[in-house]
Formats: sequence, C-alpha cells, structure tokens
Amino acid sequence: MLKVLAARFQQGFRTVGYPDSPPTTPDRLRGLPVIREDLCQKGCQQCAEVCPTDAIVRDKGLQIDLGRCLFCGACAEACPAGAIQFSNDPRLAVSRREDLIIGKTGIKLASEPARQIFGQSIQLRQVSAGGCNGCEVDINVLTTVVFDLSRFGIKIVASPRHSDGLLITGPVTQNMKSATLDTFAAVPTPKLVVAVGTCAISGGIFRDHAEQNNGATGLLPVDLFIPGCPPHPITILDGLLRLIGRIKEP
Amino acid sequence: MSITSYVENGRPIAFSAVPCLAFDEFQQQIIEAVAQHWRVCSFFGMETANTSGSSHQPLKLIAVLASESEKRLAVLSTQVESSFVSFTPACPQFHMFEREIAEQWGVTPVGHPWLRPARFHAPYRDKMAQWPDLEQKLFHIEGGEAHEVAVGPVHAGVIEPGHFRFQCHGEKVFHLEISLGYQHRGIEKTLPGGPHKKTPYLMETMAGDTTIGHYLAYCQTIEALQATKVPPRAHAIRAVGLELERLANHTGDLGALGGDVGYLPTSSFCGRIRGDFLNMTAIICGSRLGRGLLQPGGVRFDLDTPERLDKLLKAVEQAKTDTNTAIQLLWDSPSVMTRFENTGRVSREACLALGLVGPAARACGVARDVRRDFPTGQYLIEKFPTEPCPESMTGDVAARALIRWHEMHDSLRFLLELLPKLPSGGIAASTKAITACQPDALVVSLVEGWRGEICHTAITDSHGRFATYKVVDPSFHNWIGLGMALRDQEISDFPLCNKSFNLSYCGFDL
Repeated sequence: MLKVLAARFQQGFRTVGYPDSPPTTPDRLRGLPVIREDLCQKGCQQCAEVCPTDAIVRDKGLQIDLGRCLFCGACAEACPAGAIQFSNDPRLAVSRREDLIIGKTGIKLASEPARQIFGQSIQLRQVSAGGCNGCEVDINVLTTVVFDLSRFGIKIVASPRHSDGLLITGPVTQNMKSATLDTFAAVPTPKLVVAVGTCAISGGIFRDHAEQNNGATGLLPVDLFIPGCPPHPITILDGLLRLIGRIKEP
Repeated sequence: MSITSYVENGRPIAFSAVPCLAFDEFQQQIIEAVAQHWRVCSFFGMETANTSGSSHQPLKLIAVLASESEKRLAVLSTQVESSFVSFTPACPQFHMFEREIAEQWGVTPVGHPWLRPARFHAPYRDKMAQWPDLEQKLFHIEGGEAHEVAVGPVHAGVIEPGHFRFQCHGEKVFHLEISLGYQHRGIEKTLPGGPHKKTPYLMETMAGDTTIGHYLAYCQTIEALQATKVPPRAHAIRAVGLELERLANHTGDLGALGGDVGYLPTSSFCGRIRGDFLNMTAIICGSRLGRGLLQPGGVRFDLDTPERLDKLLKAVEQAKTDTNTAIQLLWDSPSVMTRFENTGRVSREACLALGLVGPAARACGVARDVRRDFPTGQYLIEKFPTEPCPESMTGDVAARALIRWHEMHDSLRFLLELLPKLPSGGIAASTKAITACQPDALVVSLVEGWRGEICHTAITDSHGRFATYKVVDPSFHNWIGLGMALRDQEISDFPLCNKSFNLSYCGFDL
C-alpha cells in the first residue's frame, strides 16, 4: 500500500490543459495544412503526382481534401514553391464532408453542437471496421489520465444500446459491413455517427480496394468528420468537444 | 539436413538460385529440417507460367525457413497443381499458411485437419470456380452439459474486430476457436507490379501499432534490391524508433494486464506512460506512430538540434523512472501475481510445435529474437537481448508479463546509451527511382517487431517489379498460441490471456 502511494506521488499530475489552454503538440506534427495559392506555379502538378491518395484538388486553384489526406507531407516536400506547408495545429474536425476540402481560406471547423438533444454529455460506442488499429491507439489514450475524456461527460461505452452514437474507424471492410450496420441499428434514436480517421471518411490508403467500402461516409449519416492518419488525440478530443458544444469557436 | 539454399536477412539472391524441388523431396526436406528445430517463417503460393499444358494453372510454393541454432535462413520451392499433401499433421506450424494458400489459390492441402478460410475473402484467381471443400463451420463440442459462448466481432472495448468461439463445460474452456478476417482490406493483392507510390503507405498500415516494424522490413527489402548503403546515423535512428515502438506497446500491455486483474494503479500509470513513449516518437518525426519516420535508404527526420536530442533523452530518462515505479508494483503485489501465475500456460513443446515467435515464444523459454539471431543495421553492433531467456520460463501470463518487463529494461538501457553518442553523418543515402530494383531476385527481410518476427519476402520479375510480396505478421504465427493458452482455463480468464498476447487483427488479416 505504501509503495502504491509512493508511486502515485512520484507519477504526479499529468492531465493536459486543453481546452482551457492552447493545444501543445510536437513541432513536427503534420496538422492543418497552410495553402499559399499565390505561390503555386501554374501548370505544376508535382504535389498531385506524389500524393498517394489523390487528395490534391486542382479544380479551383489549389485545394487539399483532408478527407483523403494521410498527412504524410509528401506534397509539401515536392512543392518547389512552398505553396503547401503543414502547421502543427491539430484542430481539424468538421461537420460537413465538403468542409474538409480546404484551400487558401483555411478550414471551417465544426462549431455547432450536433443535436441539441444530447445536451452536455455523450456516450459513444466505438466500432473498428477495418483499418490498421492506428486510430484505435489514439482513441484509447483519450480515456487515460492525460486526456481524461470522462471529465467532459464523454464516455466510450460497451454496448450500442447504452450509447448515443458510433465512433467509427476504418474503411468499413466487406467483412465488417453487416456488423457495422447492425451496431448502428442497435443504437437508440436519435443517434450520431463520428468518422475518425481518413479511412472512415474516404477509405484512406485502402480506397477503391474491392474488400472495403471507402469508409462510413457512404453507408451511414456522419455528423462529425475527424481527419488524420491517424488523428492526433487532441484532434479527436477537440472534435468531440465541438460535438457536444463545449468548443464553439470556428 | 540436406537444405543448402541459404539466404541472409536483407540480402538478395537470384530467384533462379532457389531450388525448385519435386514435391515429395520438398516435403521431406522441410519435415526433416523441422525435426532439427528449423521453423517456418513464411510459406506462400506464387502464380507461375503454365508450361506443362496441364488444365490446372500451376502454383509455385515457396517456403522460408529459419534455424536459430544454426543462425541461418533457407528458401526452397516446389510446384503443385490442384492439391498437395498437407504438412500440418507432421508440422502443425504450417496449419495457417496452408489455410491461407487454400483460400487464396484454391489449392487443397490434402489431409489438413481443420481446413477453414483464414480471412473469408474472394479468391485471387479470377476463374476459380469454388472453394476446394473448405470447411466453413466452427469447431463444435456436442454434449448435454457442453455449451458455447460466442464473442465478437464487435467487442466491448476500443479494440479491433474478431470472432471468438468458446466450447465450455461450465466455466471451463475446452477449446477456443479464433475466426478472423474482419479487418481484411486486401493489401497483399495490390502489391504485385509495385512498388507503386501507394506501397510505402500500405506498409505503414499493415498494423498501425507496428508502423516502424513493418516499414523497416519493407525498407530493408528495397535497399537490398537496389544495393543501397544506409548511413550509420540512419541505422541508429531506425533502432531508436523500433525500440520506442516496443517500449510504448509493452508499457501499454503491462498496464492493461494490471487492469484486467483489477489492479488500477499500474493500469492508470501505464496508460499514460505508453502515450509518453508515443510522444517521443513524435518528437523525432511528428507522428506518434512513427508514420513517415523511415524511408528506403535511411530516415526522413534527423535529431538535428541539441535541443531536440536533449528533449528526447530527458523524456526517456523520465519514462525510465516512471515505468520503474509503475510496473514494479505488479511484482510487489501478491494479489496480482496469484492471478498471473499458472494462468494461460503454453508449454515449451507446444510453442516449438506451433512455431510461436516474439515475447510469446520467449515466455515459453524459446529464445527467438531476430535482433540476436539474424541482426541487421544497428543490431549488428548492439547485443539484444542482453541475456537470452532461460528455458525455465513458465509460459504463463506471468512469464509473458516478465519477458516484456525484461525487454523494456534492455530497450531503455539501449536508448540511454545510444542517444548521447549517435553516429554523425547523413541520414539517408541518395534515393534511387522507385523502379530501379534488381530483376529476378528474391529477398527475405526480417525485423523483430514488438510482437515478434516480421517477415517480408519479395520476389521481382524480369523488370524489377514485385512478382510477389508476401507479408507475415508475428500474429499470424501466434493466434493459435492464444487458443492453446485458453485450454482448461476459466472463461473469465480470457481477457487476461488475450492481453498477455495482445495480437494484431489487422496484421493477420492484411
């Protein structure tokens, strides 16, 4: 018992300050891209050529679809003019799929709580539907003392019957499709769907493989999109706090 | 022992140098070798030209074998048509490889004791009419007092999907059958013809918690095929990444083991410290999982400034102190140890017969470690592990916990010694075109990931493109070990046993 207390004392207080203080992320984190369209050279396609998931959109100037982006940074390395750079801002969650396509004006973050009916608390059932277990790693840490998700009234629960919605990761493989839809059906209405990670939004690196469904977006009504491969835990936390109306600034 | 076709880890050989034996000889050589403690690293099919005019498209079978006592790897091959005599009755470690071959290519291993699909996907061959009599049903025990418990694919926690079927008598588990494939996203099928621009990212997502392990195996493969010399500093940073990955996951597992027996202090501390290790990887490359840290030829990120190096070193020192107080509590708590000891025991004999790898094997007293037996890069200089595990290891949950704790000590010591004296120089060899790979060659690339041996085998065609790229995650060998561990256990010990292996679903399913 004394050893446990000594250990507890040694471990100290380790909960992050976010959202009361700004997020602290590694300087090399590849977070929100900053697009300088004015630097982009006409006719140059080098960023699009190196992108493994065709996330670069050239219809209207220079845009990146964060719903497809792996945040690998290959485009920023390839660009001879420095028109694409990745900042270490981890805030990326949006409430509409089209808001993930960002250009020179930046990102329109989710700023409205999804449904008023959920009030300040939300229970979510996580469904891992393909993918690589990377997003699960960064969801799992939210329940540790560092992020302490339950202090915000957000809980990951064991049964869909006890939940207000699903937290889906992975491209939704063929073999997980029926289980994912069954789990969604088991959630009482009204219900939410949060797509975590590029796979769940667009299929990610597995997009167009015959064995998967290009994410949850085409299968279920998604209320919150959290991009990243995988998203940083702060990115997920920020998104969930926006979902419950705890963070409102755009 | 008549095998003579040796290869070295991460060194190419001409594919024509791999002997293609008559099946009987192929089988006899392998069975004799296994009797002398060789084991199978990889066994897979590869489509080959139909030169015999037979109605069946022939399939080349390639086996990669390893011997820890001889410190040698060997490759041999044969050609079969619609079926072959199963190895599994004589060598159980082939069981899952044969199920995989049957599912992918429609070639039946005759005499396989439990031929079910490994992953439940469409066959690789377009015109394959139907499954070769694949048994779809799960194993079932009959009897008035026997009952069955089905779990998954959607589990209670934040965990990957898989289906577990327990055959029980009261609380006692007679048999656990593990049925996977839910994470199957068709990676391997897309690799031939590559490397493509997607290939590196697919390698990083074989198993997200083993990003560095799998991508390192890929980098070694490409470097072998392009005769690239990796600078010493890059080797060192790669090893830092690989050991941080091991530390993060071992810490997480030890914490979760504490949680599964209701011992919350260690569970709570370790959940946080695991994140600290992930953050250390992010200090180097920005990604907690090590995405983008490596590249063929070296690494993409340097520990360039004294501040960055100092920050990392301080974090490792702090984590050493933190893990010492957090994890040692497990061994100081009799209530924890009584739950760990004699739970989920796998015998040394079963481990050898089933070909388990990594900490799961070392916990049974089987000293297998790629870092020691087939070292590459930094591990040619460093001795890992400092002390091989004794044969007296007990093979239970306590042993699987203890071996992780020992490995953490080794990795921490290694980092604290290496970081202050990183070799100077460049971090990457000048990169070559992704297509400039040696044609008609074979490379076996092994890496000791935190779960055990990762085996990538690449075979190139006459243009230097992948004709076949075969990935074996350590979980592919080890899932059956979890099934064995549950025999005669109480079903309530499943979470504890499961966590003591902590195997990858996506690494198996690919």
